[in-house]
This record gives sequence, C-alpha cells and structure tokens, in this order.
Amino acid sequence: MEQHDCRHLLGDLSEYLDGDASAAVCAEIERHLADCAKCRVVVDTLRKTVLLYHDQPKPELDENARARLYRALDLQNFFAPKSQ
Amino acid sequence: MNDHATEQSLSERIRAGDKAACAECIEIHSPAIYRLALRMLGNQAEAEDVTQETFLNAFKSIDTFEWRAGLQTWLHRIAYNNVLMRLRKPRRETVSVQVLTENEGLIETPRQLFDWCCLPEAEYATTEARAELARALNDLPEKLRAVFVLRDLEEHSTEETATILAISTEAVKTRLHRARLALRERLADYYAERINRREETK
Repeated sequence: MEQHDCRHLLGDLSEYLDGDASAAVCAEIERHLADCAKCRVVVDTLRKTVLLYHDQPKPELDENARARLYRALDLQNFFAPKSQ
Repeated sequence: MNDHATEQSLSERIRAGDKAACAECIEIHSPAIYRLALRMLGNQAEAEDVTQETFLNAFKSIDTFEWRAGLQTWLHRIAYNNVLMRLRKPRRETVSVQVLTENEGLIETPRQLFDWCCLPEAEYATTEARAELARALNDLPEKLRAVFVLRDLEEHSTEETATILAISTEAVKTRLHRARLALRERLADYYAERINRREETK
C-alpha cells in the first residue's frame, strides 16, 4: 500500500461514488482499492454515510405551520388542509 | 417535476397579481424551502419564519425573476439569503456558524478507520444513531452544510447548487466532498465508540 496513492486518490472519491469520475480515474481507484484495505474502509463508510442521510425521513411543515404561512401571505382563503 | 412551461406560466400569473397562482407556488415549493431552512438553522420556528419571508420577498420582487435559473432555484436563492442573514446574527447556539478559514480545497486525510459500513441494520435505526446524524450535520461549518443539504439531501444538481449558493461548480464539488468526509469521520467515531462500549459491558 502506497501512502502517496491514498492521498492522491482521496480527492476523487466523491465523484467516484457518484459515478461522475472518468473511466481512467475509476480504473485507478479500483486498482488501488484492490490492494489497500484502509481506502476500502474509507470508500465503504463514505458511501454508507451518504446513504444514511439519504434515507432520513424528510421533515415537514405541520398543518398549523402551513395555515400560518398562508395567513402571513394573506392567502388564507386558498388554504386547504391536507387530509392525512 | 415541473416542466418549464408550467413554471413560466405560474411566474407570469404571480406577476399579474393572481393570488391563486401564489397559493399554487407555495403548495409546490414550500416543503423544500422549509426543509432547507430547517436543516440550515436547526430550529422549526426560525425555519417557518424564513419560509414566510422567502415567499413574501419572492412575490414582491417577482419582476426581477430571471427565467434562466428556474423558479425553484430562484426561490432557493432567496431562502438561502434569508438563512444567511439569520446565521450571521450574533448569539446563535444551536448550529455551527463556523466559516471556512482554512484553504478551501484542503481535503483532510481520513483518521478514523473503524469499518462500520456493514453493521446489522438495526444499529443505524436507533433513536440515538438518528440523533447523532442530525448533530453531525448541525456541527458542519455552514458552507459545507449548505452544499451537503442541497446536493445529498435535496438532490439538486451541482449546477443548481452553485446558482443557489452563488459559488462555482468546482467549489460545490470540493465542499460536498469535504462535507461527506467530515460526516463520515463523525459517524465513524460514533460507531467505534458505540461498539467499544458494548464490548466492555459484555
């Protein structure tokens, strides 16, 4: 394992995970990952980090807050409560 | 989501003072505006205020709306500016307002190499683990947090994110990567500590 390679490839890992890295960069990263357990951990846990946040429930405005929003904009006549 | 023609006609109706069009715009866009504000400010009441201000500002200045960016991106820009004004107010304690002082492009070498990627699913779903996710996000410097929220949570493109934040696409890419690495580090510390704690009590 070459420290230099780890450092060198680190900057490209997000593009690699997003599928936005060039074919040459992907090949270089994959070659390195085959020999470097540390970088495999970094890539796997970086991917997991993005996934965990992605799967978080999305916060929503509750009904009262929605009603307040419409009122603040003088649009209360257009407010339609959402049926849950 | 919205095709261009629908958005264009919506913005024209708002410009003409059509209240139903304003309501429609709120119906479509307020959920995402609220989420952005909430994730940046970490406070529901303030996020609600920012959502109100954003639509007030938008409807008032609809004449300056530039078609190029699209209505959604334009609304997000207004919202983000409102968020920034609040973040720059003194005496905030709930979220990090740390600005990036060091070299923008500096990518820190990962430190925590505990492999927590493939724990049993239940480990990730605990209330404690979810709270840690939220805390880690709140603790990111605001510039990194903004990019991570827009790119990874709200799934805006690199270009849209750059327009909303008024930064270059290169800066979006670098900040996204730094944000992810910083969050990874935090979660790695958390899971390493958690698994250790469990081993000790066995």
